[in-house]
Amino acid sequence: MREITFAEALGEAILEEMQKDPTIFTYGEDIAKQGGIFGAYKSLLGKFPDRIFDTPISEEAIYGSALGAALVGMRPIVEFHFADFLFTGIQSITLQIEKIRYMTGGQGKLHLLLRGPDGISNSAAAQHSESIETIFMHTPGIKVIVPSTPYDIKGLIKTALREDDPVICFEHKMLYKIKGPVPEEDYTIPFGIADIKREGNEVTVVTISRMVHESLKAAEELKKEGISVEVIDLRTLVPWDKKTVIESVKKTNHLVVAHETWKRAGWGAEIASVVQEEAFDYLDAPIIRIGAKNVPMPFAPNLQNFVTPDYKDVIEAVKQILR
Amino acid sequence: MDYTKDFLLNLYSTMVIIRNFELKAEQLFLEGELPGFIHLYIGEEAIATGVMANLRKDDFITSTHRGHGHMIAKGADINKMMAELYGRETGYCKGKGGSMHIADFSIGVLGANGVVGGGLPIAVGAGLGIKMKKSDQIVVAFFGDGASNTGAFHESLNFAAIYKLPVIFVLENNMFASTASTKETTAIENISDRAVGYGIPGITIDGNDVIAVYETTQEMVKRARNSGGPSLIEAKTYRIKGHFVGDPELYRGKKEVEGFWLNEPIKKLEKRLESEKILSSTEKNKIWENAQKKIEEAVKFAKESPIPHGKDALTDLFINDSGYDY
Repeated sequence: MREITFAEALGEAILEEMQKDPTIFTYGEDIAKQGGIFGAYKSLLGKFPDRIFDTPISEEAIYGSALGAALVGMRPIVEFHFADFLFTGIQSITLQIEKIRYMTGGQGKLHLLLRGPDGISNSAAAQHSESIETIFMHTPGIKVIVPSTPYDIKGLIKTALREDDPVICFEHKMLYKIKGPVPEEDYTIPFGIADIKREGNEVTVVTISRMVHESLKAAEELKKEGISVEVIDLRTLVPWDKKTVIESVKKTNHLVVAHETWKRAGWGAEIASVVQEEAFDYLDAPIIRIGAKNVPMPFAPNLQNFVTPDYKDVIEAVKQILR
Repeated sequence: MDYTKDFLLNLYSTMVIIRNFELKAEQLFLEGELPGFIHLYIGEEAIATGVMANLRKDDFITSTHRGHGHMIAKGADINKMMAELYGRETGYCKGKGGSMHIADFSIGVLGANGVVGGGLPIAVGAGLGIKMKKSDQIVVAFFGDGASNTGAFHESLNFAAIYKLPVIFVLENNMFASTASTKETTAIENISDRAVGYGIPGITIDGNDVIAVYETTQEMVKRARNSGGPSLIEAKTYRIKGHFVGDPELYRGKKEVEGFWLNEPIKKLEKRLESEKILSSTEKNKIWENAQKKIEEAVKFAKESPIPHGKDALTDLFINDSGYDY
């Protein structure tokens, strides 16, 4: 199968759906002329000039306008530039997009997609490095997708663009350039179906996004020591695939949850809680959570590395849980 | 301009229905019949009425926490409105929204909004969508002087201006942002002056004069429908009642309020219609009686409507909720 990058797969998904559906259009900061800060829209440069455009730096209006455009029948895709900047327009999402359908008793279709980069990059420091997917998993009213591979992002974005509910997609900055197999023919990936990225039988690692790759690297290392790790990529957090996780725990009897966002009250705590509520008898050891240390992201490379989890933390957690 | 008797009496009737709806809502709330909060539109009826007389059914509006008047003037079903205030299954939002979140997308009301300024970005988006669809619909964003000091106001006006969106921003300046007087919270006398900063027309009018509201809006609607872009209308009025029913109103004196009752919009139109011999006392009584009858019927409808089941709280979040953990 041909291999393309994560960014190219995203671009293909958007372009193919735009060709089919004239109501799709996409806007945000630095996308039309520049192709996005991290190149997410590079493959869309020069395409559909009327339907891909740049906006002023007005996040509350950008996010809120997606809601209005959806309500009059359009299907907007909004780029949020940096996940951190979701906070500058947060009321339009958490108080409007997430609530309007519910509080009006189910009126209207909110087919809109918010998408953009999140996570660490090279020393972007505290205001340009955040992973905040937990917040949107916590506040009801939006579906949360967090793809880790070119194949997954294309399939999940296509599903988002055919759904009638609001979706937010977090794309890790360090993933845009990774390559992977993506079929040429049309396909979609349903929400709420996890992907077992590596099968194993001693420890289950549940993860998403960049940490999928760190976990796979850890699993490869651990294999050399004779330890078999199963890596489950949830792919979507709302809804999340409880069934696949619990089935895996029943097989391995050990669970590690790994994410880049802060450990304290990160979404891993939710997964851990549900698993102990519903599969306690299958656990041979306490569940271990891996997440960033509970400080804002520091600037200096060694400080950033200290705060952010990677494959070494996964190796350590797996060894600890088997001890 | 000359108007037909029917047209003028229609304006009058709409204002009278809004007034009676609000008086009844106030009474019911004070009697402990209604849960939540109620924000009354009493004294501001001319704005919704005058603006909406220019709109088509397929035009859109965004409303505010003080939104009953906008709903009624846009043609909402009063029974469903009252049922929503009662939190009943037959209400506009099946009891999930209440007074502050009342909406009817089928008549273009994209929602009242509990967030001051919250409707402005939504209105801009509706305008953007209309422009993308190349339709000749328009959007009116209602908001108050309080909202004019939010970031959403500035972002939305600039956004609408750069893309020339068919959005009319109708600022209902009722002299109060909750308990704070506009004089204390806003540095300029006429907020419409801010339109200059976005390169769009801005005009301040007497919001208690329904004809002035109608005529100004007519001009701006024409402009918006013909791809002329957005505009800002500041309609000055006065919030005769408190911010919410039950407001102790420690921030103003009774005398001040009494003075404004003399200039309220329904009496103002009445005087004109009576002097032009358009409204006889018989007709006037009939209009008020009809309005009261309608409202009483709405109350009866609401009270006889079923209360939602607890489990109904787990519906209407998503269209496709497969796999969702309620």
